[in-house]
Amino acid sequence: MTVVVEKTEPPGRPEKTRPAEEPAPVREPRRVSRPMVIGAILLVWLVLFVVLRGKQTLALGAADLTDLHRWFNDVNDSIGANRNSNPLFLYFFNEIRLVIDTLVTFVQELISQPSVDRPLPQIGWLGVVGLAGYLSWAFGNWRVALLAVAGFTFLGLQGLWQESMDTLALTVSAVFVALLFAIPLGVWAGLSDRVNRIVTPLLDFMQTMPTFVYLAPLTLFFLIGGASATIATVIYAAPPAIRITAHAIRNVPETTVEAADSLGATRGQALLKVLLPMSKRTVVMGVNQTIMAALAMVTIAALIDAPGLGKTVVQALQSLDVGTAFNAGLSIVVLAIVLDRVTTAASTREEEARRSKNRFLAWRRPLLGAGAVLTAVLVFMSHTYVWAAEFPGEGGVGSSIASAADTTTTWVQDNLSGVTNTVRDLITNGLLNPFQSLLTDSPWWLVGAVLIALGVVLGGWRAGLTTAVCVGLLVATGVWSDSMTTLASTVVATVLVMLLGIVFGVWMGRSRLADRMLRPSLDAAQVMPPFVYLVPFLALFGATRFTAIVAAIVYAAPVAMKIIADGVRNVPATTVEAATSAGSNTWQIITKVQLPMARGALTLATNQGLIYVLSMVVVGGLVGAGALGYDVVAGFSQGQLFGKGLAAGLAIVLLGVMFDRITQAAARRTSA
Amino acid sequence: MARQARRWRAGAAGMAVLGLTLTACGGAKVGDSSSDAGGSGGSAKCGTFNLAVNPWVGYEANAAVIAYVAENDLGCKVTKKDLKEEIAWQGFGTGEVDAVVENWGHDDLKKKYITDQKTAVDAGATGNEGLIGWYVPPWLAKEHPDITNWENLNKYAAKFKTSESGGKGQLLDGDPSFVTNDEALVKNLNLDYKVVYAGSETALIQTFRKAEKNKEWVIGYFYEPQWFMSEVPLVKVKLPDYKEGCDADAEKVACDYPVYTLDKIVSKKFADSGSPAYDLVKNFSWTNDDQNIVAKYIAVDKMTPEAAAKKWVEANRLKVDAWLK
Repeated sequence: MTVVVEKTEPPGRPEKTRPAEEPAPVREPRRVSRPMVIGAILLVWLVLFVVLRGKQTLALGAADLTDLHRWFNDVNDSIGANRNSNPLFLYFFNEIRLVIDTLVTFVQELISQPSVDRPLPQIGWLGVVGLAGYLSWAFGNWRVALLAVAGFTFLGLQGLWQESMDTLALTVSAVFVALLFAIPLGVWAGLSDRVNRIVTPLLDFMQTMPTFVYLAPLTLFFLIGGASATIATVIYAAPPAIRITAHAIRNVPETTVEAADSLGATRGQALLKVLLPMSKRTVVMGVNQTIMAALAMVTIAALIDAPGLGKTVVQALQSLDVGTAFNAGLSIVVLAIVLDRVTTAASTREEEARRSKNRFLAWRRPLLGAGAVLTAVLVFMSHTYVWAAEFPGEGGVGSSIASAADTTTTWVQDNLSGVTNTVRDLITNGLLNPFQSLLTDSPWWLVGAVLIALGVVLGGWRAGLTTAVCVGLLVATGVWSDSMTTLASTVVATVLVMLLGIVFGVWMGRSRLADRMLRPSLDAAQVMPPFVYLVPFLALFGATRFTAIVAAIVYAAPVAMKIIADGVRNVPATTVEAATSAGSNTWQIITKVQLPMARGALTLATNQGLIYVLSMVVVGGLVGAGALGYDVVAGFSQGQLFGKGLAAGLAIVLLGVMFDRITQAAARRTSA
Repeated sequence: MARQARRWRAGAAGMAVLGLTLTACGGAKVGDSSSDAGGSGGSAKCGTFNLAVNPWVGYEANAAVIAYVAENDLGCKVTKKDLKEEIAWQGFGTGEVDAVVENWGHDDLKKKYITDQKTAVDAGATGNEGLIGWYVPPWLAKEHPDITNWENLNKYAAKFKTSESGGKGQLLDGDPSFVTNDEALVKNLNLDYKVVYAGSETALIQTFRKAEKNKEWVIGYFYEPQWFMSEVPLVKVKLPDYKEGCDADAEKVACDYPVYTLDKIVSKKFADSGSPAYDLVKNFSWTNDDQNIVAKYIAVDKMTPEAAAKKWVEANRLKVDAWLK
């Protein structure tokens, strides 16, 4: 459900921009401008809406099913009924499960769970903290090592040591399995255009399909618990590593490869000696994104009994215990920040070491050796002595953070709900309701035609064709009306995301200080599990579509801000200076120079904003947004609605693909 | 080179000394006090007992007490698994779940797993009576006593309008896994209301909590037994009386929900295993008040489920002993 920064990689997945749109349609004499065409389309839509309102809307009741949904149900049932006799299960799925289960149990017994003959895990807290510090230092630098030690100690002080280690164990196993497939696949996709073309839509699918949809079927295939949770996480977390590895291989300068060729290197040699070493830095970024995505799955996987922090969050949600949920959420954020900074430092270590020729370099090897010995001693002690194995103390820090969080939310709820209700009603009545009724009360073919026309105008014929296919498939899923309701909320949320993105993005782009101050909270907003802030948002905005929109904004706005800030910063300083010397004031510089020149970044931000908002649709379903999100949650909860939930999940994917293709194509046009 | 090697040696020696010093001042060793870790000797007989924990606090109360008794009186190794109903029932077939200890109706699941797949069996009632219906916050029932009868609901419909209800009154429904006929009820009773799905129990509770605090107009689906009732005692709205079979056709329902006899479902394998834990599950039975107390310990007093169960079991030893006969 939650992708973390993956898509903010520099100029957005360039692998797709390659050969596709090269021979741009020849149409020089454009008489009408694009905004005018769009205006005309919208006008025609409005007129026809007034005439045809309420006809052929393809509405479907909450409990109604189509034949497709029933067929999905039957498939699901027959899998469940035959799983003990089917050879595919006995010799394939069960084997996979066995291997992964063994791996997960092994890592858990190492750091989080008591093993067979011991009441405590093999390595206690002191050993884990020591290892974390040593590895961070060896692969990164001493600053991130300090961060790692402090972060891990904080987990213990929160009183959540074992839960955190369970989460870490699951994340480590999932990332390990994901990379096992992702790196080779990524290399292959990097070397071959055809593989890349086949893999890309599959990766889109894996990332946009709501996790809720395949969580229940996964337990059919791989049973309840660690193995299923790991596999669900792998499915969600592997795509970034594949994409970024492929991207890295592709970006190795051709001249270098040619040089290797001319020296007589074989394909294998060129790969191992030239391509991989040269793309190592970017590949590590891919690993980083996979780790972040895996952590984002922690709370969702808890719904099928995955151990760890997610469980604490989900249980606290049941009794509306904001403090406890916040505690566990904070631990996830700390884990994420530590792992993020360490892997980032690891990816830049060699370059930095080369640049800073300091005298410690000569000492590095002996120091590394000494550190290894010290770490081994710590591990040994944490294996042997209780005080080093069990984190001491009662987690007092945790309970005081929890009560502070409780007090804050109560104060906010008591004092701000008047303001928030006004904002909610304003946006719901002024923007959301009219737009939603335009989408849901128009005949389906009219909305479809408008979408296709907009696709053509904004993105070209190819994007129009994709839109047409998506519209057709959306109708086939049988949840057209719900899709339109979701579409309305998604668009409204994206508009708000872009407003915030431009305001804060420009500010961050123009001021280093603002950037440095805001960035940590943006990171936290992206990694904090949404389940944590659902309760306060419910208190502020009630169980409404607007609550879902706010949750989506919290998650999607940081991405938009980061991209826009980058875009603004990349506007050449000379251009800004020229404008200043020509007498432009700050407002003019922003609106006439910086924003227009960052147009590429703005379109990319819109693209990512939309995709991120869409990934929150299911969470929205939990707080009163209804529509596709509710269908997906219902499918997860009730057997007879499984098929409908699956169809709703597919509809979310289709909406995502449609937007992605249109905005990508539009971005290519504006930057061309 | 030689200089580096010397540094190496010095470093290693230093570390070794440090290591030895630290080791010497060690302390208690892991596994030293094995007396409390091993548990009582009866565990061989009971073995592992896989207990599903469905995501609401009332269920958790049942599970906590059963787990506590199974562990302390029968010496079982209890593995709790946090699962939604649907997935818990799936687990009967795969041998990963032994018991579900608070089941609400779910005739479809009973048909699928008890009748068709034969992987589950009924283990009798929990003693709890499940009430489902429409509830209003106490302040509303106090100020407008006639609101607790469905016939007066249309009179107040305008008061229940929200941004989500499209000009009608809003009837708030909860989690999609709840049993509900509300859309049919609204239609067949000619009520000027629209069912809005909150999507989760959390959303429902938060809405009622806020409504009572700020005196807001809210009517919605709720159920008993439920820990939240001890915080805000919601008042049930009277719907046309339930008569046997009046809910047979889902489209035509125009009567109240029946009183559910909550029951326990166990896997066929577990029932046949002769485990004392099965007898415990089968004999387990308590009242709505019992459950509400334990649920309150967990949800309101923020005790761990184990501590809550311990407190109740120690205060109600006679009831517990009756389950163990």
